[in-house]
Amino acid sequence: MREFNAILTIAFRDLTKLLRDKPRILAGLVFPVIFIGILGGSLSSNIGKSLGFDFLTFVFTGVFAQVFFQSSAAGVISLIQDRENDFSQELFVAPVSRHSIIFGKILGETLVSSVQIAGILIFGLILGVPFSAKIVFLLIVAGLSASFLGGAFGVMVLSNLSTQRTMAQIFPFVLFPQIFLSGVFAPLENFPPTLALLSKIAPLTYAVDLVRHAYYAGSPELSKVTAFGLTTDILIVLALFLVFLFAGTILFVRKERNR
Amino acid sequence: MNSIIEVLNLVKRYKKAAENAVDGISFSVEEGEFFAFLGPNGAGKTTTISILTTTLSKTAGFIKIAGFNLDKNEKEVRQKIGVIFQNPSLDKNLTAEENIRFHASLYGLYPFRPFYSLMPFEYKNRVRELAEVVGLENDIFKPIASYSGGMKRKLEIVRGLMHNPRVLFLDEPTTGLDPLSRKNVWSYLQNIRKKENTTIFLTTHYLEEAESADHVCIIDRGHIVAYGAPHDISGEKSLEEAYLEIITKEYARV
Repeated sequence: MREFNAILTIAFRDLTKLLRDKPRILAGLVFPVIFIGILGGSLSSNIGKSLGFDFLTFVFTGVFAQVFFQSSAAGVISLIQDRENDFSQELFVAPVSRHSIIFGKILGETLVSSVQIAGILIFGLILGVPFSAKIVFLLIVAGLSASFLGGAFGVMVLSNLSTQRTMAQIFPFVLFPQIFLSGVFAPLENFPPTLALLSKIAPLTYAVDLVRHAYYAGSPELSKVTAFGLTTDILIVLALFLVFLFAGTILFVRKERNR
Repeated sequence: MNSIIEVLNLVKRYKKAAENAVDGISFSVEEGEFFAFLGPNGAGKTTTISILTTTLSKTAGFIKIAGFNLDKNEKEVRQKIGVIFQNPSLDKNLTAEENIRFHASLYGLYPFRPFYSLMPFEYKNRVRELAEVVGLENDIFKPIASYSGGMKRKLEIVRGLMHNPRVLFLDEPTTGLDPLSRKNVWSYLQNIRKKENTTIFLTTHYLEEAESADHVCIIDRGHIVAYGAPHDISGEKSLEEAYLEIITKEYARV
């Protein structure tokens, strides 16, 4: 109960901060607009016809997963910011488990990315991506999973870096390749062997695939747009989340204390 | 034997450092004591406080706080201590009350509620009471960004005392405060000490703040160079004069 209380407290702090940070909310919406609207739109009109499924919808579902993953991964990094302005001391002298602190942070960033859900869905509607109520529900569940995974991935990256500066330099390199490897913009089946292997290593791949399962469930295109089975995706996302959360927390705390 | 803090042969060597930052110090602090931990910059004061407050690992030694072994019962130790850090550790994006509420929920004092209005009556009373004591009653709902250095310090002290800690660690708590704010902060702290029998562990560079301590411990380059009641150390002189003499002698010796 104590731990649960602490997790909520930490998570809500991030949400409060977001709601006061208007530029960040706006930035969270601009990103999907660029990727789905401009990139997806232009690719769709050029190559979309020959694929046998609607390319814009395909990109939309990919970006949907990516936005959640990326938003919480980037958000968790505010732990470094907390350290640099000394707030992390207040967190780390508290009598709660270190895992709760980190999990609270991931949950907070997941809440933060959910604020963007509505915006992204509305944008999808404007573009003409078809939705049913069931699809919206499934998309939200899958999106949240992507967000949790992204947050835990962020902790793992964070546990190996020490300053905000190195973070700003390194983070794009662990994130952007994943966007192209994970099948956000192209189905995985046509990847050459090396890239195919790398794409299997990228955690985002499974989040993207999971979101596609959520959107395309029961439709004839499902086999064309997904690379793995639904159960595989769920198990891998869950396993990666747990490994990143526990290993990341231990590494992060050890780095903080063993100076 | 009512030692609330026991430190035995504490050693800390930072990674990549050639020498120990804290080199085998031992001391103990009685319950309810006002303990002043003094020393020049880089003597190992903050290192020691960081280890005692569980935010830094030690290299060797034994520590017991409020009856708990620091190695085994970290969480229990954390529950028993309050810390005012050298650098203010408030969240500037939140209001003062939100910072307090964050602390109170984190320590499990009250169930978490996202808004002040939903918090129990008891909590609201406590906040008002504490804010009045330190003179922040008109500013408690304002963002930290609008706070002066002195106000932040007072707020941190209020926050650090929310969970009724048995030991309050103060790492240079009045640095950068004007004389009046310092006086206010101290009269509040002494009050709390009398009322709650809270042990105070202080590091400071303002030696007159340590004059009223029960015991003074002076460290230099990781070693204890003097320990005792202030008048035992200073005799007829002021503590500051005695301190300067001891430190100068240490420098001459090495």
